[in-house]
Amino acid sequence: FVAFAPGLSFAATDKTDAAIKEFTGGATPAEGTVSLDTPEIAENGNTVPVGVSVDSPMTADNYVESVLILADGNPNPLVATFHFTAMSGVAEAKTRIRLAKTQDVIAVAKMNDGSTYIDRKEVKVTIGGCGG
Amino acid sequence: MADPKPRVKVPKKASKGEVITIKTLISHPMESGQRKDKEGNLVPRQIINKFTCEFDGQVVFTCDMDPAVSANPYLEFNAKVEESGTFKFTWVDDDGSVYETENKIAVE
Repeated sequence: FVAFAPGLSFAATDKTDAAIKEFTGGATPAEGTVSLDTPEIAENGNTVPVGVSVDSPMTADNYVESVLILADGNPNPLVATFHFTAMSGVAEAKTRIRLAKTQDVIAVAKMNDGSTYIDRKEVKVTIGGCGG
Repeated sequence: MADPKPRVKVPKKASKGEVITIKTLISHPMESGQRKDKEGNLVPRQIINKFTCEFDGQVVFTCDMDPAVSANPYLEFNAKVEESGTFKFTWVDDDGSVYETENKIAVE
C-alpha cells in the first residue's frame, strides 16, 4: 500500500500539521525553493546545528518574509521563526536546536506574495535533548 | 542566573552593497519548561523568545524562538550594507529583561 498524498505526507503529527497550516494560512506548501541543512546524525540532541536557505532575489518587491522551523518529534514541534527583510541580502540563517529523538526537521518558507514552500530532513539523534 | 552576555561578530569593514555574515551568541540557559529538578518538580520555562537585528533603525532580521532552541542561543544571518552605520542587536527574555549590544561597520 503506497498511497501518497502530496503535502499531507509532510506532517507526521497533528501539532506539526496545525503549525504549518497556521503559518501558511491554510495553504499546502510546495516543495523546492527552500532547503534545510542538517546533520544526518546528531550525537547530542541538545545542540543540533540547523541551517536554512531560500532561493530568492531578496529585493524590495520579491523577498522571503519568514521561515518556520519545526521539529516533528519534539513534545512541542515549534522551534523558531526567522523573519527576513530586503536588507537581509540573502535569505539564509543558522541556529542550534534541541531534538528529543530521531525525527524530521521541517522548514516552511513564506514569500512576500504569500506563496509557501517546504523542505524536511531526517536527523538521527543518539542522545535526546529535552531532559526530564 | 548570571547576567546573559551577548557576543556578536560583525565585519569591521565592507564594500558598498556587500552581503555580510553576522554571527551572534548569548549566554542563557533557555530553560525549556520540560525539564524536572531532583525533586521531580517541573522547572519553569524561561527562554529568550525574541531576537532583533536593526541597522540604523531599520529592521534587518528578527527571530522568534521557542524552547527547542538550544541553550546559549546562536544565530547566524546576513545583511546587505550600502553605507556605514550601526547594527543594534536586541534579545528579549521571558521575564521581560532586554539585552542589547551595538556594532559599527565602515562601508567604503
